[in-house]
Amino acid sequence: MMRRIRVLVAKPGLDGHDRGAKVVARAYRDAGMEVIYTGLHQTPEQIVQAAMQEDVDIVALSILSGAHNTLVPKVVRMMHEAGLGDVSVLVGGIIPREDAAALKEAGAAAVFGPGSTLESIVAATRGSVKRALA
Amino acid sequence: MPDVNWSTASATASATALAALAGPVDAALGGDRRALARLISLVENDPSAAPAVLARIHPLTGRARIIGVTGPPGVGKSTIVDGLTARFRAAGQNVGIVAVDPTSPFTGGALLGDRVRMQRWTTDRGVFIRSLATRGHLGGVSGATGDAIRLLDAVGFQVILVETVGAGQSEVEIMDIAHTVLVVLSPGVGDDVQAQKAGILEIADLLVVNKSDLPDAGRLAVQLETMLDLAPVPPPWRPPVLKVSAIDAETLSELVQACDRHFQWLKGEGRLAARLARRTGHELSTLIGRLASAEVVRAAELSGAWDKALEDVTSRRADFYQVALRLLREAGLGSRE
Repeated sequence: MMRRIRVLVAKPGLDGHDRGAKVVARAYRDAGMEVIYTGLHQTPEQIVQAAMQEDVDIVALSILSGAHNTLVPKVVRMMHEAGLGDVSVLVGGIIPREDAAALKEAGAAAVFGPGSTLESIVAATRGSVKRALA
Repeated sequence: MPDVNWSTASATASATALAALAGPVDAALGGDRRALARLISLVENDPSAAPAVLARIHPLTGRARIIGVTGPPGVGKSTIVDGLTARFRAAGQNVGIVAVDPTSPFTGGALLGDRVRMQRWTTDRGVFIRSLATRGHLGGVSGATGDAIRLLDAVGFQVILVETVGAGQSEVEIMDIAHTVLVVLSPGVGDDVQAQKAGILEIADLLVVNKSDLPDAGRLAVQLETMLDLAPVPPPWRPPVLKVSAIDAETLSELVQACDRHFQWLKGEGRLAARLARRTGHELSTLIGRLASAEVVRAAELSGAWDKALEDVTSRRADFYQVALRLLREAGLGSRE
């Protein structure tokens, strides 16, 4: 039996705009995934703890504040420290193209800037699941 | 649930299955939250693994106090859970939370949003929050809710709060899970005929009028009291009607006190034992139904009888009862003709 993909959609840091995160969360739901939405203003520690308690396959971060170069490496590092190295971290939001490579270098499985389609986000999310689904 | 091997060996927790899970279970019992989270997933995803997990933890369960929070969508169940958590944490108790939201019947996906109201507890070591999707289970909770509660109980959470899906009028399964059931309502939903209907209001140990800072909260409270007054026989426990507002800490304290009073009442005169017996009977019969159904279908699929059974029913050669009883007999269950 195929198990459901579980995704944590999280808004780290101080930006208060979550329309994008909600649209992506809805797309995940419509793609048959179980989506846990954390709400706004999450610290990296809160995100790691929620990812652990919810036993997710994917952490999808939505960042519009410009703080991605600080927040993403921190979340990835803390996930590894917590024994969640088998959970992929994806990033979306207002991410300048020139920052994407560095974020991937820091451990993000995929980066989605403005103009990304929901189909491409869902496909990349499926492709980033590390643990067996069957 | 296809392809589940409910062979006798796996259903009785084989020695190998027990050994394989000993590490994760011991880790969870030792306080490893990642191990706990993954065990909840395991019992949720793989029913064949559940017997081995339960065999190990069952002796450690039965210690937690379980409070159910149910009511229609949007009345503030998550906020009530958050407020209760604050009170129990202040009293030094560890709190496990199981929050259930619905699975889409079309895509199988789910949006689990109860954590949004409980964010402040995420990094508190004394709180563990798990969101579960119903995955097609009716009744207001998910099929794995009972096992998730048992895991939280076994690892030492003293209070377990169970938030159901937004419940209508018949999602009453929580009454067989919790010691105390809070039915949460808010002003502006339905008239006083709604209050006389059977179902969810009847299972309340406490009736909570939430958002009581809104107009009409007093009227709703009066309607609920009227409903209780009209009971032909006074019930052994008359649910108190409590006006609660999350922005008024005093009302939350009163709510916790009312929960405590109900729990004290329940512990008197063998009532708790009676409730436990009812709950155990309900869970046992549900589990037997699930196991037997899977076993009968599996046996029929192996022997080829399943396809013939479907054909017999759809062609109207035999009705559902005849075919079901036949398959039960062939699996060695049910009475002889």
